[in-house]
Amino acid sequence: MATVTYRQALRDTLRAEMLRDENVLLMGEEIGLFEGSYKITEGLLKEFGPRRVRDTPIAEEGFVGAAIGAAMLGLRPVVEIMTINFSLLALDQIVNHAAKIYGMFGGQASVPLVIRTPGGGGQQLGATHSQNVELFYAFIPGLKVVAPSTPAEASAMLKAAIRDDDPVLFLENLALYNTKGELPDAIDAVEPAEIGRAAVTRPGTDITIIGYSRMARVAAEVADTLAAEGISAEVVDLRSLRPLDRETIVASVRRTGCAVVAEDDWLTYGIGAEIAATVQEGAFDWLDAPVRRVAMAEVPLPYAKSLETAALPSAGSLLTAVRATLAATGRALEPAS
Amino acid sequence: MAETPTRSAARSAGEAAPARARRSRGPRTPRPGPGLPQPPDTAGAEAPDTAVPAAPDTAGTLVGFYRQMLLVRRFEERAARAYTEAKIGGYCHLNLGEEATVVGLMAALRPTDYLFTNYREHGYALAKGIGADRVMAELYGRSTGVSKGWGGSMHLFDAEARLLGGYGIVGGQVPLAAGAALAVSYKGGDDVVMCQMGDGTTAIGGFHEALNIAALWDLPAVFVVVNNGLGMGTAVERSAAEPELWKRGAAYRMASARVDGTDVVAVRDAARLAVERARSESRPYLLEAVSPRLKGHSVVDPARYRSKEEKDALKDADPVARTARRLADAGILSPEDRDRIDAEVTAEVEAAAAFADASPQPDVSTLFDYTYATPVAGEQRRLPADPVFRS
Repeated sequence: MATVTYRQALRDTLRAEMLRDENVLLMGEEIGLFEGSYKITEGLLKEFGPRRVRDTPIAEEGFVGAAIGAAMLGLRPVVEIMTINFSLLALDQIVNHAAKIYGMFGGQASVPLVIRTPGGGGQQLGATHSQNVELFYAFIPGLKVVAPSTPAEASAMLKAAIRDDDPVLFLENLALYNTKGELPDAIDAVEPAEIGRAAVTRPGTDITIIGYSRMARVAAEVADTLAAEGISAEVVDLRSLRPLDRETIVASVRRTGCAVVAEDDWLTYGIGAEIAATVQEGAFDWLDAPVRRVAMAEVPLPYAKSLETAALPSAGSLLTAVRATLAATGRALEPAS
Repeated sequence: MAETPTRSAARSAGEAAPARARRSRGPRTPRPGPGLPQPPDTAGAEAPDTAVPAAPDTAGTLVGFYRQMLLVRRFEERAARAYTEAKIGGYCHLNLGEEATVVGLMAALRPTDYLFTNYREHGYALAKGIGADRVMAELYGRSTGVSKGWGGSMHLFDAEARLLGGYGIVGGQVPLAAGAALAVSYKGGDDVVMCQMGDGTTAIGGFHEALNIAALWDLPAVFVVVNNGLGMGTAVERSAAEPELWKRGAAYRMASARVDGTDVVAVRDAARLAVERARSESRPYLLEAVSPRLKGHSVVDPARYRSKEEKDALKDADPVARTARRLADAGILSPEDRDRIDAEVTAEVEAAAAFADASPQPDVSTLFDYTYATPVAGEQRRLPADPVFRS
């Protein structure tokens, strides 16, 4: 095993998939000569040439649509949209075309397309460059939305997404690119993940923390802190937002009796709302306290560091919510001795 | 060219007010009619040859075109009737008046060439070789339809005929077609992708993005704007700052031309030039075919925004009648032949309607069959009142 960054895991996996399958090609703004705004595609133009690593004009609707059309004829394009904010320019192609073509034509053409795109705030990029709008895509039948939180998951999930015959929105996060984790030395040894499965990444007995992408990582940190206090938190990493693995969520909450959802998007109508509804539908009788959600403050994210930091969910805010939820259960917790 | 009094008046008013020079732009979309200028306009960094090296058409070919045009005409009339009988739901846009364009364009394609269209595409499906019965069954929402009843009038698709979809969102198909052409080129094939759209589509961003990409990447795509003069009820001159739509190709150094869409042979020749250029040189092309829409935007639209004079002028522009007259004048279509062809295509269309009517609607058990091509864990397969968890 080697320790690699999330960025490196993505890059090595893209390369491996391109070597494996001639039909895999990359498209996006600045992915070739510039080697990617976040350097995920570093070195790939040099290795594979401009036929397979295609710099596009700044035309999200155009190049995402073109990728869909290419996928209809059997290519497996992996599109990079520089940030998820810009995916809004391609919303019609993603929602009205990529997601519809398989069903609308009675299963005659599938769209094996991957759209990689990072969300996330915290970089002082201001209101239009810091959003988390994965919900828009997670809402749409016909799309699959995955949101891995570690380099190993990112690699396994990207392989699965590329080999899948449906359009997959692959959510990354700016704050994750430099995070590190273990990956087999030979990237070929990484098994493709199963899309649609959440994972209990840390077993526990007192409370369930449910997160995805960056917040799954924050949840793991918070679980460490709580462990030092003698509190056993179980962490569920959703990994897939659509389909949503409701069974794993509910099974966990049935074990722990309470839950906090950690999400980087806005609270109202957000991903956490669906998780909370799922918990009450599947574990109502097991709940000792209301489900709480930790989510971004409902403002256009400001530039100033003080305001930005205050608005974003963090380990601190998650800890507060976990403690409040545990208190609301009325359980007498044994303090750590 | 025949201009309606309304439009002439509008132009005169504009010319009388030079201070509002932008308004003085007259209608640049020729009103289809008997006096329409015949030679296509052409442009492009490398303007194509206007001479089309092709053998003269045989009487059989020309009568074949007429037959196909009449099939489209009778099919659309039958569809309109079925719509008023509530056999067809949703929206229903007809190719009435566009038969020469439809048939001419399809005659320029090889069977292996791909076609993307918008939602006004029944005729294209027929002319691409799909049986009238399966097209009508799709309009009726039956499992025997080309899209198994999942698409309806706006979303015809047939993988075998390489009709890669009618699309209901204006402009949605244009980037898709560029991408399909990329796939053809990537795999080293010599197929061409034709992308049909209406005049209104030239105002959509995706049109420009796709044409730019197609030109940058030298893709074998032929973009065809069928200019019927109206985006729903809005005249081209009211929505396009450059109403000579074919000229938009110049912005992408794309060869482009305009052709009289009521002349099936002219359309076929112009399209053949575009298609063969795309095939042999892998260069995209923009073709504008000017052709009237004889009726409203869709079956339910009485087109009250058209004056009586405009409606009367349309009768002269009817490409089916025009073609019949031409063929009769040339001595290759007798009144008896015409009646016989009419009876045959009418019978074909009636049989299609009967087939559609007798076909079953898709079984409800198939509701979840086409959400995903790759099965996936956790997919919700519930009807509205079903609980999320069954236990």
